[in-house]
Amino acid sequence: MKQIIILTVNNKVYEIAVAPNRTLTQVLREDLNLTGTKEGCGIGDCGACAVIMDGRPVNSCLVLAVQANGSDITTIEGIAEREKLHPVQQAFVEHGAIQCGFCTSGMIISAKSLLDKKPKPSELEIREAISGNLCRCTGYQKIVEAIMDASQKMKK
Amino acid sequence: MKQFSVINTRLPRIDAHAKVTGDAQYAADLSMPNMLYGALLQSPFAHAKILNIDISKTKRLVGVKDIITAKEAGLIKYGVSPARYDETLFCDKKVRYIGDEIAAVAAVDIETALEAVSLIKVDYEPLPVILNVFDAIKEGAPAIHDDFPNNICAEVHQEFGNVEEGFKQSDYIRTDKFVNKKQDGAFLEPQACIAVYDLNENLTLYTSTQSPHYVQRTVAMVLNIPIGKIRVVQPYVGGGFGPKAAANSIELSACLLSKRTGRPVKMGFTREQVFLHSRGRHQFYHELTTGVKKDGTIVALKNTCYLDGGAYASFGIATVYYAGSLLGGPYKLANMKYDGYRVYTNKPACGAQRGHGGVVARAAWEQQLDIIAEELGMDPIEFRLKNIMQRGDVTCNDLNMSSLGMRESLEAVRDGSGWVRKKGKLPKGKGIGVACGFFVSGAGYPIYRSETFHSTAMIKLSEDGGTVDLFTAAAEIGQGSDTILSMIAAEALGVRFEDVKIHSGNTDFGVDLGAYSSRQTLMSGHAVKQAAENVKQQVLEVLSKKLNTPLEDMDIKDGLIIFKKGPVDCSSLKASYIKEHRGWAKFPTESQLTFQEAARIAYLEKGVIVGSGAYKPGELGGKYKGAAVGTSPAYGCSAQIVEVTVDMETGEVTVDNMTDAHDCGLAINRMNVEGQMQGSLSMGLGEALFEEVKFDKKGKIENPTLGEYRIPTALDMPNVNTIIIESNEPNGPFGAKEVGEGAIMPTIPAILNAIYDATGVRIKELPVTAERIYHALKEKEKGKE
Repeated sequence: MKQIIILTVNNKVYEIAVAPNRTLTQVLREDLNLTGTKEGCGIGDCGACAVIMDGRPVNSCLVLAVQANGSDITTIEGIAEREKLHPVQQAFVEHGAIQCGFCTSGMIISAKSLLDKKPKPSELEIREAISGNLCRCTGYQKIVEAIMDASQKMKK
Repeated sequence: MKQFSVINTRLPRIDAHAKVTGDAQYAADLSMPNMLYGALLQSPFAHAKILNIDISKTKRLVGVKDIITAKEAGLIKYGVSPARYDETLFCDKKVRYIGDEIAAVAAVDIETALEAVSLIKVDYEPLPVILNVFDAIKEGAPAIHDDFPNNICAEVHQEFGNVEEGFKQSDYIRTDKFVNKKQDGAFLEPQACIAVYDLNENLTLYTSTQSPHYVQRTVAMVLNIPIGKIRVVQPYVGGGFGPKAAANSIELSACLLSKRTGRPVKMGFTREQVFLHSRGRHQFYHELTTGVKKDGTIVALKNTCYLDGGAYASFGIATVYYAGSLLGGPYKLANMKYDGYRVYTNKPACGAQRGHGGVVARAAWEQQLDIIAEELGMDPIEFRLKNIMQRGDVTCNDLNMSSLGMRESLEAVRDGSGWVRKKGKLPKGKGIGVACGFFVSGAGYPIYRSETFHSTAMIKLSEDGGTVDLFTAAAEIGQGSDTILSMIAAEALGVRFEDVKIHSGNTDFGVDLGAYSSRQTLMSGHAVKQAAENVKQQVLEVLSKKLNTPLEDMDIKDGLIIFKKGPVDCSSLKASYIKEHRGWAKFPTESQLTFQEAARIAYLEKGVIVGSGAYKPGELGGKYKGAAVGTSPAYGCSAQIVEVTVDMETGEVTVDNMTDAHDCGLAINRMNVEGQMQGSLSMGLGEALFEEVKFDKKGKIENPTLGEYRIPTALDMPNVNTIIIESNEPNGPFGAKEVGEGAIMPTIPAILNAIYDATGVRIKELPVTAERIYHALKEKEKGKE
């Protein structure tokens, strides 16, 4: 039996009928066509599906859509302001913090959440903040460098 | 004047913007109108006869549009090496591993498709399960494939020089055994695809692959469709590392289902199915015997290896050769003997993974060389330098090191890591270790015997002259080939990077064998460079005529026409471009004649300007059986130094520092080269310390998740001091060669050697878990008592 839920996603309000077993990842990707959120495992291991829900980063594959009813969600599509990249996105571009790109959305979500809460993190704090986001390509170094650089630039 | 305008810089990736905004679409992100969803039925038994398949219940389920089994799909055998085509799309008489495919269903949604496969009733008669190579080759063991009664999928016997004679000349000989565990590619994007068979009988397959070309050939062969009717298109791909380099069961199933239903069919692997499909690193059992002289000269190497291949051959024929051939360098070695056996077991098939076939052999040997250096009282770096090959050397198995910055790499890591200050002087529990390695820069021959070009490329100029469209079938899988090939095109043509628009990963754009064996930069790079030079020539020829200036007096650089012998009056051409260009955007404002203007003039003269390029290596390697595997137009090499801390109570290892020097010939994009180095080391660290696909007694994977099959996180991987060595490869475009795989070669042994330095124990079984070190330390203590 479907249920009507209300989600605010990237500042837009949606009223959606969802089956109770649908995950937030599925609803974002399939119902709202926001495919920037990726699914790498479906059980909360990899972090590719991370979104910001009511100010906190969550693995959207572990959230049932009905649980998210009434919440405010930011996906990767909502990070850039109009045409201007967010400083974290810009730093990922400039530092070569991207290879295949499949982890990138989740990484940027985790990094932005960290910097929103803690504008001047240490390297260890950055590594802890992205430790739930797996990346098989980069060895993480350029991602960490990009987040540090973004933190510097956002301070100014 | 700087030598290059575009390459040898640190430009951001061409796809970076799409990837940071979520715009980049991967196969699972695509959908089509009227699309069906497919699902697979896979075997729950590791080895069993199929007695009966009953699809009657499935047929009655509302929403099911098609069901295919071996009966519908036929039994055409396929695989990777034509010599070992041993797979059929669906099992007919028996299943050979847990996960073997039995049927596929297409339905209106994924839930219905999954329910549909669960309603297929299969009667099995279980057979004895073989999970170990040594059980598999025992006399009387049940045959997994009827054609291979002793379960040996392939064997190799090679000898170069005379190993027995070499041992006679040696002052010191030792033998060591070494074993790793089956590793998974663990790329972040599970395979997915959509097949669309249209009313004109054209098939388009959008798929997450490393080789659109090989997938196209396999689909054509298995489904009996003319190759020209099949287009394989690669959307963005979320990593591959080897396992995505051949056609898979969902690609073939989706194509057949689409052909039969006339509707687009989408299929995807779950993470568990990624582990089941596997095709990752084999398990290798090496036994190495090395003979050296007192002065440290390496004289002879005898290498015996058994590979646990799983249920099918996949890339394994190449793997079993690589496990021998890649020890031919980077040390001077006159005598080498190799006996390799790839064995079938009832496990998911193993295939190619980063550093194909050579990673474990390298780990085993570099650790043994370290032991030998210590026995001889030599510094491990001095010992390696004494034996090192250099540019122009040819290995005993006929691999030609046309460039080789091996010595430079080793010296660079020695100096960059503080080796001299640290080696032998660190406190207990801290250690430093070194290792070297090399890898092919593109396999010298295609996987199927053919005179085919390995890479082709085509460049077309837009009618306004402002955009260079580059078409290639090369496969961007995250390694950066779109960026590198665009940079090569811009450099060779003399335009700016931002003027190039790349179209890649599509079999309609030409032939390219794909992203495996570290071949895209060198091979596709050559084809692209040729195409760009061809287009440049065409534009300059028109200019030469129009301006009455000899061709050789002109050049193109940074988007401008260069007149080498002083200014030439181009005002009439510029005026005519203004007239032509009225009402269009992007007007050239430079006072000099631009490439854009020249390209428009060329178009007006000749019609659309198109140039092409094609590359294949010349004849490479020796004449002996298997000589092709290991050949390459060039070889990249790496040296690494790793520092570790080992908790002497628990055995837990922390990797503190890594220094890597890699010779990539010439870095087309320095940022990408560093990224490949760091990523390689990360995968090596994972295999060294914790990655292992585990099986229960029935052959079921115990840890088919990214949580339990542990890959390195940001907290496991230290920062790497990356040093780029450039040896200017004569066979590479602009002197470039590989970096994607050579850089993983030394990682595991450098870690092992550092662990020994920290603890005094040698671990010869991967992964080096805390438990393994703990027990080794206890054993050592006992020995002392």
